[in-house]
Amino acid sequence: MDELCTGLCKLMAEAGADVGLAQFVSLLVGVLLVSGVPLVTVILLIWVERKVAARIQDRIGPNRVGPLGLLQTFADMLKLLSKEDITPTAADRILYNIAPLVSFASVVLIWAVIPFTPFHYGVDLEIGALYFVAIASFGTLSIMAAGWASNNKYALLGAFRVVALLVSYEVPLVFALLAPVMLAGSMSLVDIVNAQTGMWFVVLSPLAFVIFYISSQAETGRAPFDLIEAESELVAGFNIEYSGMKFGMFFAAEFLHVFTNGILMALLFFGGWMGPLFYESPLIAFAWLGVKGTIIYLTTLWLRNTVPRLRIDQIMAFNWKFLVPLSIANLIFLSLALKILQELGMAPRDLIGASFAEVLPATIVMLLINLAMTVYLLGIMRKRGREARRESQAGAALARAGAAGD
Amino acid sequence: MELNAVTIGFFIFSVFTLGGGIGVVTTRNLFQGTIWLMVSLFGVAGYFVLLSAPFLAAVQILVYIGAIAILITFAVMLTRSVTRIRERYIRTVPSFVASLALFLVLLFGVTVPIFGEQNPEAIPAFVMTTRDLGVALVDADGYVAPFLLASILLTAAMIGAIFIARDEES
Amino acid sequence: MNVLNEWAFVGLFALMAPIFPALPIVIAWLFRPRKPNVLKSSTYECGVETIGDTWVQFRVQYYIYGLIFLVFDVEMVFLFPWAVAYNGMNLFGFIAGFLFIFLLTDALFYAWKKNALDWK
Repeated sequence: MDELCTGLCKLMAEAGADVGLAQFVSLLVGVLLVSGVPLVTVILLIWVERKVAARIQDRIGPNRVGPLGLLQTFADMLKLLSKEDITPTAADRILYNIAPLVSFASVVLIWAVIPFTPFHYGVDLEIGALYFVAIASFGTLSIMAAGWASNNKYALLGAFRVVALLVSYEVPLVFALLAPVMLAGSMSLVDIVNAQTGMWFVVLSPLAFVIFYISSQAETGRAPFDLIEAESELVAGFNIEYSGMKFGMFFAAEFLHVFTNGILMALLFFGGWMGPLFYESPLIAFAWLGVKGTIIYLTTLWLRNTVPRLRIDQIMAFNWKFLVPLSIANLIFLSLALKILQELGMAPRDLIGASFAEVLPATIVMLLINLAMTVYLLGIMRKRGREARRESQAGAALARAGAAGD
Repeated sequence: MELNAVTIGFFIFSVFTLGGGIGVVTTRNLFQGTIWLMVSLFGVAGYFVLLSAPFLAAVQILVYIGAIAILITFAVMLTRSVTRIRERYIRTVPSFVASLALFLVLLFGVTVPIFGEQNPEAIPAFVMTTRDLGVALVDADGYVAPFLLASILLTAAMIGAIFIARDEES
Repeated sequence: MNVLNEWAFVGLFALMAPIFPALPIVIAWLFRPRKPNVLKSSTYECGVETIGDTWVQFRVQYYIYGLIFLVFDVEMVFLFPWAVAYNGMNLFGFIAGFLFIFLLTDALFYAWKKNALDWK
């Protein structure tokens, strides 16, 4: 029992509490502490998102409620609380009400495995990297359930499109995720960060990061992949019949998911909490992770507010004919190069705790391979783009000729 | 039976598994049936965790809730108005006999070999990690043949599926 | 035993996670106005009354994408242990994994050539 009962639990047990109860309470406190982070962040995120979007679109954004409009979210929450909640009579009531809960919970649950500092985390699961991919499945299913339970053609059509998008982009996402897992030789997120002491994985495998970045942008349903919110085509999408706080929960889940992905990318590719002086104090380590995650998060907002929405056929073609083959090729080349380097003794077999000098030769080779692949790919993309443009121009010319003929 | 976290977990997951199963066979709505099936399979994932096989639990959720549930829904929506089946299935007796027979076969098939007083010490304390699994998968003395066979099987499944789906369409 | 303790945390987290979004919904349920009427709670589509059944027939392409995804999903399941064991692996093991990926790339190219990846 001793190994199970440490920290707070031990204190309570020594004070005379029942061991089982002490364990339960310490677990509960842990859960509340860890889940507090995303729950507090999400309130701030809504403000950040609106402010950034406004600035990019040359507006001011929320600025009335509180200093810099910081209290705007609370005002919105109060408004949502006072809204009438309309459940369509045709809806499947149970599924309709459960879907927003599952959607939000599936994002919060990811935070159970996120290590904030080398020693502060909810759990360090052996299968951490697989865990958050598996948990994301619940989010997908909840969207499907919401669309279906609303009993509305637009909602169902929106849900189908979004789910097709989500499952499609999960393929390159997971193939890209295999790169850090392979380099670290572990799925535990703590191990993955520790394996980046010598070199960040974004340097060792930049293409994997780019693929992961693009697919996670799609997984959160952000532009250019924002079919989830296709106002002009599907009235709104899967959440058209939702109102009040239930609608708010879908949105909060989306905002939080974007930020969570930023933190995950910081952990998987940017060395997580590592930075100058991180070993001095857990607070500095935590700050580094926060800074890195926030920077990645802000770039996704920037992307979202800059690019237009793609059509569903374009999105699917981009995924299956470009991103998936690319992610597989990347995995093959990465694993081949690393194995050759390991056999030649130029790369350490275990990156955990490896120094910069040890990883340097491997890094240079990896960078060259990635560069070669990128140049080749950009060539292909240019060729394809030119062909597609020529085709559509020919089509347009034909249409004009037809119109003139009439 | 000792009441600890494992037994409580076992009871909770049994409720999920059995309740989901009952839901599947009683609902008249195919989408709700899918959701119930996922509840049931989620319970099974819980068993894997209790058996110290978290990798299999994650796989269970990833494959069933992440892929199979979606696939079933897509398949359901391919067919016309199957979400509201009105006619009842009449052949109750043969299906009851068949499922009872299957249940008994499975029950005895699983319990007979391990029947009797179990010695806890006889169960190895060794817990297989994901790394051991990975090594065993590609080991020449291990499971490399099934591993590659699985790949061929998956390829065949995909080719077959595309062939059939496209054939129906044209 | 320690592993189970970790999962007890995850389990408790999973029990708590739906409570966080449920809380504001329940509070809203206490305060919100209730004035339902037939028109308000009818299905909203384009402003006109909805025609026919919601569960219309969908295109086969969704199903094909679902199938291809399932195949890749199962493939990933095999590749994760392979990736974890990669660092300590000899060349034979590496080539086995390589073949595994290669065979499935084949399937992808088959789908591509058969135009199964096109959105129609």
